[in-house]
Amino acid sequence: MLVTISFYLLAFVAIAAALMVVAARNPVHSVMYLILTFFSAAGLFILMGAEFLALLLVMVYVGAVAVLFLFVVMMLDVDFAELKAGFLQYAPYGMILGVILFLEMFFVGAAYFTGETKKAVVYSGEASNLERFGEVLYTKYAFFFEAAGLILLVAMIGAIVLTLRPRDGVRKQDVTQQVSRTRETAIEMVDIESGKGVGS
Amino acid sequence: MTIGLAHYLIVAAILFVIGVFGIFVNRKNVILILMCVELILLAVNINFVAFSAHMAEIGTNEPLAGQVFALFVLTVAAAEAAVGLAILVVYFRNRGNIAVENVDLMKG
Repeated sequence: MLVTISFYLLAFVAIAAALMVVAARNPVHSVMYLILTFFSAAGLFILMGAEFLALLLVMVYVGAVAVLFLFVVMMLDVDFAELKAGFLQYAPYGMILGVILFLEMFFVGAAYFTGETKKAVVYSGEASNLERFGEVLYTKYAFFFEAAGLILLVAMIGAIVLTLRPRDGVRKQDVTQQVSRTRETAIEMVDIESGKGVGS
Repeated sequence: MTIGLAHYLIVAAILFVIGVFGIFVNRKNVILILMCVELILLAVNINFVAFSAHMAEIGTNEPLAGQVFALFVLTVAAAEAAVGLAILVVYFRNRGNIAVENVDLMKG
């Protein structure tokens, strides 16, 4: 009973928040609703017994990706009302496509699940989800795990390379230049007449 | 009434459709398009985890494969968001706006 109520509550909040992501006028509000969607989805994951992924979703999305989105939305000084202008113009096409897509998925599912009702999907077992997750992740899927790390590294370097720009007027320490200085370039020999200073 | 696999699949399908709808409707705003892509990937993740839980219930030998794959989808989604937003920042620096319909002026 409790599972049923929680499922419907979380699913309703997730779908309503996802709709608001699309419909909100202010992109900052969109990001906030995106966070709400991911929170509700994390709740659904917990209902399914995937606690580790639920916490990961909260950490990665709410902690990193949503903050990144907020940062970019606030950094770019754009007139968002103008960007929203085509909303009603494109809405019918989007609606038609959405209905078709959903009906296709619904009928595929309905054809698969005809008649019988499935039980609630909850893990039952002695080991926790995290324990069993680690058992397969670091053994059977170790190479994929390392590939995921490589993808993150490439993304990180890519993001830095894309956004890095040389700026004028910034005094930066250039170690190569400092080290490659020789005696000839660093020291200037000056003959000084007696009675006069160095300054001309 | 028990909550089964089909319920989760329907929620995921609705989220997926909302994501596609959002891309159609907000096609002037790149930031919202990126958010809609995140929504679609979330729907995919819900599907993976739901099938993983279902496989654990019916007792196949590798029920956690779906969750491991969801982890990888999460990784790729985070990487995609980072690179996408970086491209957006560079584009904004070059042109002073983020209108998608003018992106083809950047070629060459």
